[in-house]
Order: sequence, then C-alpha cells, then structure tokens
Amino acid sequence: MSTLTDPPKEQFRLSMLLYDTRYRSATIQVIAMFGFMLLAAWLINNTIINLNTLGKPVSFGFLGETAGYDINQRLLDYDNQDTHLRAAFLGLLNTLVIAFMGCVAATIVGVLVGVLRLSSNWLVARIMTVYVEMFRNIPVLLWIVLIFAIVTESTPHPKVYRGVETGAVVVTNRGTYLPEPLFSRSLGDVHLFGSSSLRFDISLDLIAILVVLGLSIFASIKIRQRADRIQEVTGVRPRTWHTRAAVLILPLLSLLIALGFHLGYPELKGFNFQGGTHLRNSLLALWLALSLYTAAFIAEIVRAGILAISKGQTEAASALGLRPNKTMSLVILPQALRVIIPPLISNYLNLTKNSSLAIAVGYMDITGTLGGITMNQTGRELECVLMLMLVYLAISLTISAVMNWYNEAVKLKER
Amino acid sequence: MKKSVILGAMTFAGLAAGAASAGTLDDVKARGKLNCGVTTGLVGFAAPNANGEWEGFDVAVCRAVAAAVLGDSTAVEFVPTTGKTRFTALASGEIDMLARNTTWTFSRDVDLKFEFTGINYYDGQGFMVPKELGVSSAKELDGATVCIQTGTTTELNLADFFRSNNISYEPVPIETNAEAQQQYLAGACDVYTTDASGLAATRATFDDPSAHVLLPEIISKEPLGPLVRHGDNEWGDVVRWSLNALIAAEELGITSANLNDMAAGTDNPEINRLLGTEGTLGEMLGLSADWAKNAIAAGGNYGEIFAKNIGEDTPIGLARGLNAQWTEGGLLYAPPFR
Repeated sequence: MSTLTDPPKEQFRLSMLLYDTRYRSATIQVIAMFGFMLLAAWLINNTIINLNTLGKPVSFGFLGETAGYDINQRLLDYDNQDTHLRAAFLGLLNTLVIAFMGCVAATIVGVLVGVLRLSSNWLVARIMTVYVEMFRNIPVLLWIVLIFAIVTESTPHPKVYRGVETGAVVVTNRGTYLPEPLFSRSLGDVHLFGSSSLRFDISLDLIAILVVLGLSIFASIKIRQRADRIQEVTGVRPRTWHTRAAVLILPLLSLLIALGFHLGYPELKGFNFQGGTHLRNSLLALWLALSLYTAAFIAEIVRAGILAISKGQTEAASALGLRPNKTMSLVILPQALRVIIPPLISNYLNLTKNSSLAIAVGYMDITGTLGGITMNQTGRELECVLMLMLVYLAISLTISAVMNWYNEAVKLKER
Repeated sequence: MKKSVILGAMTFAGLAAGAASAGTLDDVKARGKLNCGVTTGLVGFAAPNANGEWEGFDVAVCRAVAAAVLGDSTAVEFVPTTGKTRFTALASGEIDMLARNTTWTFSRDVDLKFEFTGINYYDGQGFMVPKELGVSSAKELDGATVCIQTGTTTELNLADFFRSNNISYEPVPIETNAEAQQQYLAGACDVYTTDASGLAATRATFDDPSAHVLLPEIISKEPLGPLVRHGDNEWGDVVRWSLNALIAAEELGITSANLNDMAAGTDNPEINRLLGTEGTLGEMLGLSADWAKNAIAAGGNYGEIFAKNIGEDTPIGLARGLNAQWTEGGLLYAPPFR
C-alpha cells in the first residue's frame, strides 16, 4: 500500500507578496494605486491650502450673484440683472445648439462627400479629395476665424437696405435674418422651474405642433403596415400615397390655421433689423467652420466604411438586378454603418469640444459666459473651470451613450 | 492656444500661489528681469514699435520700475495679456506686476486679492461712432450694435448705462482691441466703447480718424493704474513709490534733461531725498540709493512720459485734463517723499 502524501500545504508568508509571481503584480498595483492617490490628494490639498492663503477659498456662492453683463445670442429670456448661474445656463444651451447643428450638418456633408469621393467621376472625386485634405489639415480655429472674416467683410451693412424693399431673408454683416413663425392665436408658454435661474419657457404652440406631427406619422405608419398586410394576403398593394400624404399634411395645416400661423419678416428699424429670427454671424461662422471641418473627417470615415464592404456584396447586388444607387442605400451603407459608427462618435465628441473655440468669434457659449466673462468678473478660476470640465464631460458622455446605444442597435447580430 | 494658456496658468496658480505671494522683490532681483503684463497692443499705452520694442504710457511704468529695482530700464520681459487673461497671469505669478490700463475697482482690490499701487491715468468710458451715423449723444443709441471687450469693467458699465436710460443694445463681445477695431471698421458694430483714452488711441491708428467721433458722454470713472498681488507689501511699495517718484519728479521740476544736475545735490531737501543724495529712502525700500533717479532716467518724469506717448503732440492727442498735477488743477498728487 503506497501512501500518497499530500503536497505540504503552503503557508502564506508575507514575503510571498514580493517573491511569489502569483501575488507580485497585485502588490505592485496596490502600491502604485496608493502612490497615485497620495499624489492626487497632495495636489488637491495643496491647491486648497494655497487658495486659502490667497484668501480665495473654494466656493460656488458667486453663481447666485448678479451677472451684470448681456448676452446677445440666446434661446431664453435673460437680463443683465440675472445671476451668473443663469448666464452659464444660457451659455450651455448655446453650446448644445451649436453642437447639435454642427453634428447634423457635418453628418450630412460628410456622408455626401465620403460617397462622392468614391465616385467614378474623376472631377467630382478629385474635388472632394481637395476639400477633405484642405479642411482636415488646417486647424479648426483658423477656419472659424477665416469664415467669420469672410461672412463679416463680404456682406452688406444694414444701412444699404435703407429705403429698399427687403424680402423674407436679409443678409447683413451682423447676421442673417430669417422669417420667424408667429401665432396670432398663440396658446402661450409653459413656465418650468418658476423664476429660478434655470427657468425654462416652452412654447405650447411648438408642443401642439410636435404632438400633431407625431400622431400623423404614427397614423401614416399604420396605413403602410395595413397596405403591407393586404399585399401579403392578396399580392396587390393598395394605393396609399394620397391617404398618407393627407394624414401627414391636413391635421398640421388645420392646426396652423387654428393657431393663426404667419411669418414675421425682419424690418429695418433704427440701427438694425428688428423682428425675424436673427442668426448672428458668429453663430453662422462657427457652425459652418465646425461642420465643414468635422465633415472632412466624417467623409474619410464613411469612405473607409464603404471600402470595408467586400466587392462581392456589390456584385451580388448587381447580379440580383439592383441599380447602383439602390445597391448603395440598401446593401452597402447599412453594412458600412457598423464600421462607421464607432469613429463617428469620437468625431461628434470632437465637434462638441471644439465648439469651445466660439470665443474667437464672440459666440457666447458656456466657455464664453461661465469660462469667460463670469470667470473674469468674479475671479473664481478654479470653480469655473471645474464646472466647465464637468459640463463638457457630461455632454460628451451623453453623446457617447446615445451613439453606443445606436451602435448596439445596428451592429451585426451574431446568433 | 489661449485656453490652454489659461488652464496652464491656473494649474500653476494652484501650485505656485503660495510660493509667489512673498518675496517678489527678491525674485525680480535674482532673475535680473521684471515680468510686466501689458495689453496685447494699444498704441500709445503699450504696443511694439517698428523695431519690435515695446513702448507706451503703461510700458513706461514697467520700465521705471525695472530701472528702480535693477538699474536697467530694458530688463523687462513684456507679457501681452488680454482683458480675460491678465488677472490669472498676475495671480499665478507669471507676471510680477500688471500695467494694462486696468480700472481700480473695489472687487478687484478686495475680492480678487490684488493691490492697486496708484493711478497713472484718470479715465472714463466713452463711445466712438462713425461721423456719418449722425449721432450726437449716447442716449440716441437705442438698438445699436456695440463692440465691447469682454472681461472688462466697461462691459458692466455698458449694461448699466443702457439699463438706466431704458434703451436697448446688442453687444458684440470681442477679445482684443485689434479685433474690436477690425469689427468696428468693417461695420459689424455701430459703436465701439471702451475707456476714452483707448478710443482716442484706437482712432489715431485709423486711415481717416476724422470720420469718427467720440460722443460727449463719459459714463463711468475709470481710474487706471498698475497693480500687484495682494499680500506682498514690500513689492507693492516698490511699484507704488516708483510711480509716485515719476509724478513727484514732474511736480518738483525734475526732467530727464536736468536729472544729472539735480542728482549732484540741490537746495531742495525733497529733491535730494528723492534722488538719494540725502536720507535713506532707497534703503528703506530695499533698493539702491539712486532708485528714483534710475526710474526717472528711464523715460523722464510723468509729464514727459505723457507728452511723448499720448500727449497733444502725438497722433492720439489726449489733453492732460484730470491727469494734470494738483498744482495745475488736476488730480495727480504724489504723497511727500519724507
């Protein structure tokens, strides 16, 4: 009978943390972590102590003080007697506006340019190449300044229009005026958050229009689904376009008439045009520059995405008798989207962060209000920059989350 | 880029503020160079000339301080700052003093923790408009587009002025004087508002200065002066008394022409104390005995500096007005050197 002796149970000794390869990496990581936390704590502590010595302890009380300055481009009501928090909030909205407008325009231009760059038409493809190389190889700040200079210097002074019949759209060197939608029997506004700094008025007219539009689209989809069912059963697809068009247009039209919808045209009064929607040159220049710049990157991403789809797919689609543009929209682009979306996210984030260059043209985004005038008037650099960082982080993470969710939805389902 | 400079300056502010708050005088002496914050370019006050040398009314203050401390009026590193970056640059220790036509206000002095060391120009905020606009008073500017430098007291005064007169305006925020000038000339704004001296200086650089008028309203008090960090009183004293030396020199009749004769000794004890032939004023400041002589030698007395840079014989053409000596009906009044 042979006795099997268990291998001696190894006792854990402290020295094994260093000499045993199983534990060593963990030990090093723990020590490094401690070191890192100590360094961070020292930095924070040192900053707080030094600020206290300077007599400027960290405090966010300044946000409740009167701002005292004016903001030109704004979405909500604001007055120079409002608080710094309100000014920061309006700046944040301006940032979101430019980010949203920029992302939409950049995507449209980018996809178009990306597809055209692959065109078999030599001239079109070359022009797109030049565009892409021009824009993505020059810093965006220069583009912003250049486009702003062009917009400002090449457009006429408002006084040129004195005594001239102006139409619905007026272009001046202070901005472009578009007709504004007005409602003579308006439903009024809902006031959210009372009279606090974050008060937010939403037009009930807008809500009504959106609700009606949503219902119309829902009804239209139902009609299409019914047509699909009939087609499956009988093989004959009923003509639906006229009912669908009616469902989409008629309710909206009757709502607009009920609300007394009309357009307000800009009119020259005194120094400037009054009325209408005023898109300031700073907004236009920033929007154009950011979208064209980011579109150059998106174009390359789209091109890469399309090239990543094997040629066999195109050939198979042609073999099935699909025309080239049907092939692109039904076969290639849906597959290419899987490659395109992840890098597209980072470009959206870049555009949003680049919008902080707005101060170069005097567009009052959050960097201009909170990180500019407020910071300067109150001298609260640390607090303002911390808040700015937090805001940009939150915006970026939100964009990221939304796009990741979309990416999950379109990515290849492996079963 | 500007933002990274701000951020960098701020990290630096957090880390270095403690170290920078004391002993600036020793730091400057050890460095052999004065770091002086000035504007990014406002002709007459601070702008590089054709040879790339900084000159102007504010620059002269920097040079006088450098001459008093180091005996060399060229030992200055000029750091251009915008309305927005200037305070961070000073608080962080990037610059030793700021001479950037900065208005002395309560909150800057008390809340922002700076120390104004005197007033070198008594100013007020004014408006400039093209003559063809036909405007004769700022109260007619209802609905006008106004170019304004952000991060300045003028921005707040502007809001107050239009508010109290119950008229509206559209602000066009701008970072530097040069940008404002370009926007104003391009007609992107109807009005440019800043300190009246700055308007005069800007107008002097136009192709046709006579096509633009300054409106009669002066809507604020803007006492402009050099400033240092709060809490370093020795350094504050050096800057304060260097400026006072320039002002006193004019009052006492010391000019760059007769400086050397005066420094040999005069019958006036105050001149002797100022120029170091009598008493130990320099030693009390921690400077050499001839500190004030050096400061005056750098660019002349206050009156000479004024006349050379912004006076009536220059394109800027500012009258002494409030900035005359108290003996001539102005506000300049240097405390006695005793």
